Amino acid sequence: MDKLYLDHVSYVYSAGTPFEQKALDDVTLAIRGGCITGIIGHTGSGKSTMMQLLNGLAKPSSGKVLLDGYDINCDVNDVLEEWKKLPEYSGMSPRSAKKAIAAKIKKTRAKLCFRVGLVMQYPEYQLFEETVSRDIAFGPRNMGLAEEEIRQRVLEAAAFTDIGEDLLEKSPFDLSGGQKRRVALAGVIAMRPEVLVLDEPAAGLDPLGRTFIFEGIRNYQRKTGSTVLIVSHSMEDMARYCDDVIVMSGARVIRQGSREEVFAHVDELAETGLDIPQITHLMQLLRARGLPLPENIYTVDEAVEALRALLGLGAK
Amino acid sequence: MKGISFGQYYPADSVIHRLDPRFKVILTILYIVCTFLCKSLVGFAALTLSALVLIFISRIPLRIVLRSVRPLLMIIGFTFIINIFWSRGEQLITPEGWPIRIYAEGIWNAVYMFLRIFALITGTGIFLTYTTTPMDLTDAIESLLTPLKKLHVPVHVFAMMMSITLRFIPTLTEETEKIMNAQKARGANFTSGSLMQRAKALIPILIPLFVSAINRAVELSNAMECRCYHGGDGRTRLNVLRCNGRDWASLAIVVLFGAGILLLNGVGIGYTLG
Amino acid sequence: MILSDIYIHAENLCFSYREGNGKEENPALRDFSVEICEGEYVAVLGHNGSGKSTFAKLLNLILTPTSGHLTVGGVEVTREDLSDEEILNLRKNVGMVFQNPDNQLVATVVEQDVAFGPENLGLERAELRRRVDDALERVGMTQYAKHEPHRLSGGQKQRVAIAGVIAMMPKCIIFDESTAMLDPSGRREVLDTIRMLNRDYGMTVLNITHYMNEAAEADRVLVINDGRLLMDGTPDEIFARREELQAVGLEVPQCTELVHRLRGLGIALKGDGISTPDACADLILHAYEKLSK
Repeated sequence: MDKLYLDHVSYVYSAGTPFEQKALDDVTLAIRGGCITGIIGHTGSGKSTMMQLLNGLAKPSSGKVLLDGYDINCDVNDVLEEWKKLPEYSGMSPRSAKKAIAAKIKKTRAKLCFRVGLVMQYPEYQLFEETVSRDIAFGPRNMGLAEEEIRQRVLEAAAFTDIGEDLLEKSPFDLSGGQKRRVALAGVIAMRPEVLVLDEPAAGLDPLGRTFIFEGIRNYQRKTGSTVLIVSHSMEDMARYCDDVIVMSGARVIRQGSREEVFAHVDELAETGLDIPQITHLMQLLRARGLPLPENIYTVDEAVEALRALLGLGAK
Repeated sequence: MKGISFGQYYPADSVIHRLDPRFKVILTILYIVCTFLCKSLVGFAALTLSALVLIFISRIPLRIVLRSVRPLLMIIGFTFIINIFWSRGEQLITPEGWPIRIYAEGIWNAVYMFLRIFALITGTGIFLTYTTTPMDLTDAIESLLTPLKKLHVPVHVFAMMMSITLRFIPTLTEETEKIMNAQKARGANFTSGSLMQRAKALIPILIPLFVSAINRAVELSNAMECRCYHGGDGRTRLNVLRCNGRDWASLAIVVLFGAGILLLNGVGIGYTLG
Repeated sequence: MILSDIYIHAENLCFSYREGNGKEENPALRDFSVEICEGEYVAVLGHNGSGKSTFAKLLNLILTPTSGHLTVGGVEVTREDLSDEEILNLRKNVGMVFQNPDNQLVATVVEQDVAFGPENLGLERAELRRRVDDALERVGMTQYAKHEPHRLSGGQKQRVAIAGVIAMMPKCIIFDESTAMLDPSGRREVLDTIRMLNRDYGMTVLNITHYMNEAAEADRVLVINDGRLLMDGTPDEIFARREELQAVGLEVPQCTELVHRLRGLGIALKGDGISTPDACADLILHAYEKLSK
């Protein structure tokens, strides 16, 4: 089963006003569990709205969002008939069964934000505590965990994001931009979400800062086998870190599949206003000028391989 | 949030929209004075009629104007009741011996008060908030207060502060929403618990909001300095407020209206306020 | 280089941020000397906290250097007796566009914001009108003159900010990470505007950035590390020093990386063009044609 499934989801902003706008238009997509999926698209393509739908911060105007096959916005009446047959409700009267089911749905909903962790754009603005460790502990504390467990999770999250112990007792406001970003990321990772969703996690950072953030995310994904979704404009980063890619444009999904499948249509991506990796652009130039190179090259490693085969033969 | 325009400004093309904002401020004040000058039944009839005429000229839908009255209904209702029960007069309506005494004067008072508040709200709304952009209003207030500069009142600074506040309200509203969402995503709960708990739950929103507002202020002041800002001295303006015959005519109309109200106070039909 | 062509001349500039108690903090800029000529397009590279933004803020005296000499347009601005008028004149000549577009727009209407700088210069109303219209036209935002800035996209807001600066008719514009918060199309809009200002209007441009692809578009690249000028040269010269760049937390464009690695494998690629895909393609094609002969 797909970890996340969007079933004909639409989302309309400010419905019924002159500012009405469709952020998502009949989107159906599947996200595989246990891998990193990239969502690319220019600003206003509906990416950020989609993130908020995934953990219940926003509800779709129509359609369903399924997490492990469970409709996260389900209403007691939708599931009543089906759930009544479950053993846990079998002995109950219809009224108390309905009540129990409603309670269960409410509880599941409340826990949703801990299962699907959301890292927003420029997340450093969410820092507020006196020390880094207390800020990271905010999420776990809201989960109602025991102090010892909280402490352990803070250390674990700090390790994933490469936050040294010397930083843990500092004020988050004294850190550099890149460090703040990592603390904010750790604050979400500390909840150990099954699904980690990130909106432009490296925006505005310098190259070293970018690498730190992406390595932290990859570390977490590898060690915990969780599902990661990265929303980004940067196809260079997507090519480097993602297994699957979804391309959005004008509130719709225009392509989804493995990295190789999606990037094979690189021209189409360029048309939607995204910047293609520089290396891919170079390969296009070379092909246009008659060099026999394979079509889908989007990392430096792949380009080195291809050109070595081409140029290296003669060099010997 | 982004979709909602700030302020109550209602874009339309009417005579009132096109008036010089400085005159609109003056007209508003004069109109308020008129509502208080009004004492007689005929006068109140004229006042109510003038308010309706204003709404018509401004081309603002009646329901929009009525909507701004809604938040004040409590106050209006309260004064209405107080006037009915507490006014003393000569003409007793309730039968002799009732514990509650209501006088005819009380009812007149209540009705007049209601009409006065209605005209007041409509007048300020039509002359100012609905037909003037916040930016124009700021310019008008700065211009009208210019004489105070001689008394070393920092008029320009106040106006600059006002316009920057207007500029940043949408930005900070959006920011608040973003921070709330980010903390909700970390399991923060703003809607349940005791009053104390709820107040405490606001800390994760307020601190980041303050930090960000201060950062923005520092950056903005840098940017303003870079653009040669050095206070109001020697500063010229792209938009210069200009008045013309229409503005003076509207002023004359409102002044005449006030005089008319005073005259009508002498007409002895119905109840006249003391 | 003729002396009269030099617009900015910095000599041993130092700057330290002070802590609350007045004791000196880490110096942000140390003994910084550089000359920038009129009409040059210079990119300034460095990781976060390297001192590149501090350098920019010294150039129009938003920050005052702790020591050293700075001459802009023939006027020494580090003089003790610099008048307020001279400071205003400096800021009029050296404009600055910042990172966050939201924090540099002052007015609630686009054209009034663009007018803000010229208004401060005390220009006549007709001249204000002319400059505002002209500046909006140059950045391609004329149709948005009456719009509210908060409804524009990031790239559009940044173009309004640029219009606000060019309406003061500066000789030099500094872009302090002005593309960092934008998406690819917004970044492209701003970069095209920067290039247009430099090529068509002969403005001196300093683009402070940490995007290597942006630096490749400039005529000259300065690399700042730890408050010092580490490298100074053409993009090709700078990117040829890949290891040094990586050592200070920067990377090279993908094309440059590719050429380096191919050379490392013993493939002969002759030439310096390593910064842009076009130049790089020439290099590889050349080698390929040589092989096929």
